Amino acid sequence: MEWILVAVFLVSTILGYILINNVPSLLHTPLMSGMNALSGITLIGALIATAISLKDAHGVLASILGGIAIIVATINVFGGFGVTDRMLKMFKKKG
Amino acid sequence: MLELLKNDVIYYVISAVLALLVMFGIFLMSKVDKARLGNGISAFSLLLAVIITLLRHEILGIWFLYIFLFVGAVIGIFMAVKVKMIETPQMIALLNGLGGLASTIVGGFALFKIGAEDNLFSQITALIALLIGSITFVGSLIAALKLARKMTQKPINLPYHSPLLLTLLILMLALLVLIFIPSVKPLWIVIFGLLISALFGLVFTIKIGGADMPITISLLNSLSGVAGAITGLAINDILLVSIGGIVGASGLLLTQIMCKAMNRKLLDILLGKTSTKVVKQVSEEEHDESQTKSDPFAVLKAAKKVIIVPGYGMAIAQAQYQVKELADYLKTLGVNIKFAIHPVAGRMPGHMNVLLAEVDVDYDDLYEMDAINPEFKDSDVTIVVGANDVLNPAARNQPDTPLYGMPILNVDESKEVLIFNFDLKPGYSGVNNPLYSKTNVHLFLGNAKDTLQVFLNNLKK
Repeated sequence: MEWILVAVFLVSTILGYILINNVPSLLHTPLMSGMNALSGITLIGALIATAISLKDAHGVLASILGGIAIIVATINVFGGFGVTDRMLKMFKKKG
Repeated sequence: MLELLKNDVIYYVISAVLALLVMFGIFLMSKVDKARLGNGISAFSLLLAVIITLLRHEILGIWFLYIFLFVGAVIGIFMAVKVKMIETPQMIALLNGLGGLASTIVGGFALFKIGAEDNLFSQITALIALLIGSITFVGSLIAALKLARKMTQKPINLPYHSPLLLTLLILMLALLVLIFIPSVKPLWIVIFGLLISALFGLVFTIKIGGADMPITISLLNSLSGVAGAITGLAINDILLVSIGGIVGASGLLLTQIMCKAMNRKLLDILLGKTSTKVVKQVSEEEHDESQTKSDPFAVLKAAKKVIIVPGYGMAIAQAQYQVKELADYLKTLGVNIKFAIHPVAGRMPGHMNVLLAEVDVDYDDLYEMDAINPEFKDSDVTIVVGANDVLNPAARNQPDTPLYGMPILNVDESKEVLIFNFDLKPGYSGVNNPLYSKTNVHLFLGNAKDTLQVFLNNLKK
């Protein structure tokens, strides 16, 4: 099981690398900010961990920390995709 | 349906499909007219990922989670809508830090075996996630402060800076070894892990000066992805692993592109070697303000081809509106206008493109360094707005300066050059710009917004 995970990590790293190579420098900022939003995927980890700590009654501190993790990851996701969209809206071609 | 999601094989397939969807979104982001759709597809995949996670772990009904999701979403949307475009670099850095913080917390949970299995692989990866996440968090906060100019742009050097970084690195490795000893309590590992990695993030980032920010910010971006992916390893979630990996790789590639554009080695930056050596100031030559200079207004009005070079100075002066006005006015005179964008102009990758897009400059008029460099020699006038190092010829012919070897814009090949910079001080590199004293160079010193406006008013007379 562990090795499948490590293999997935390596394969997606390589694929990501190839994909990004095609992005022109014109779009580097939106790209970076979009990637930044995607890194908020850690949100699913936060959801799982918090839910488990709630179910197993690991105490108030655990719930608060889990809640913070969910909040900051969600800010990362919404803020990141939102600001990327705003930026991309500005890239216009005239005529 | 629920049973299906719990099946590992089916979950793998779903994860693979979502990862492909994300990659398709990124693929679309390489084309400017499809980029918005690409961003939307990435966001949609992330939403699906959350829903699938809630279903698979049967936590859909825990209303408690939604409160936090709601609060985060409201704050996130508020930030995205309210932020001024000039503040985007620090906003991205801040958001990036928040992602790192989330990974740190999840890594911490996993160290207490919450959400993670009780085996060595999970424990080690959980600690790595905690360390990298917290380095990302602290590092990004410092970067955000520097980008917001709430902290000095100059590198802060502590005594024994590099040995200190190295010691912290070794301490982190030592902590990883402690995981193998079952009697060591996870609480201590978490506490020391947080302390050491936070300190590392701080010491590492305060040393980085303003102009190295494009490199730093993309590196931190990469780290937040890596932290997410390793969190995925710790809690055994393949979806988290694959998407985190994609983000990590993209950040790394951007970092490399930035390093190449600045002629810097990533390792040097990681070890805290900055490019700002104090260079012996060449005694400033008296500027020859004699009659030999041509009239800049006449030159510009007679020009057929003009290239505009924006830099960080344009960003801090918020002079992009005046730049656009000048470009529009010259176009009405029939002048061919092109913008030359150096890859590291500004404080983040692609910074100038965003600012110019904000004021509705057609992106077809923006040219990358390699595309525009052969054209300087045919241009009648080059207008520089708040840029210095990226066009300093010392990079070509003064091997003893830190700039030497950095690819630059060939502004010096232009027939006439108008420079709207704040002052004549050397740029971030500390190297004097020999261009300033050439006779075909006209200097307009001061805040670019004001100097450009005055220039424009006189030009239109």
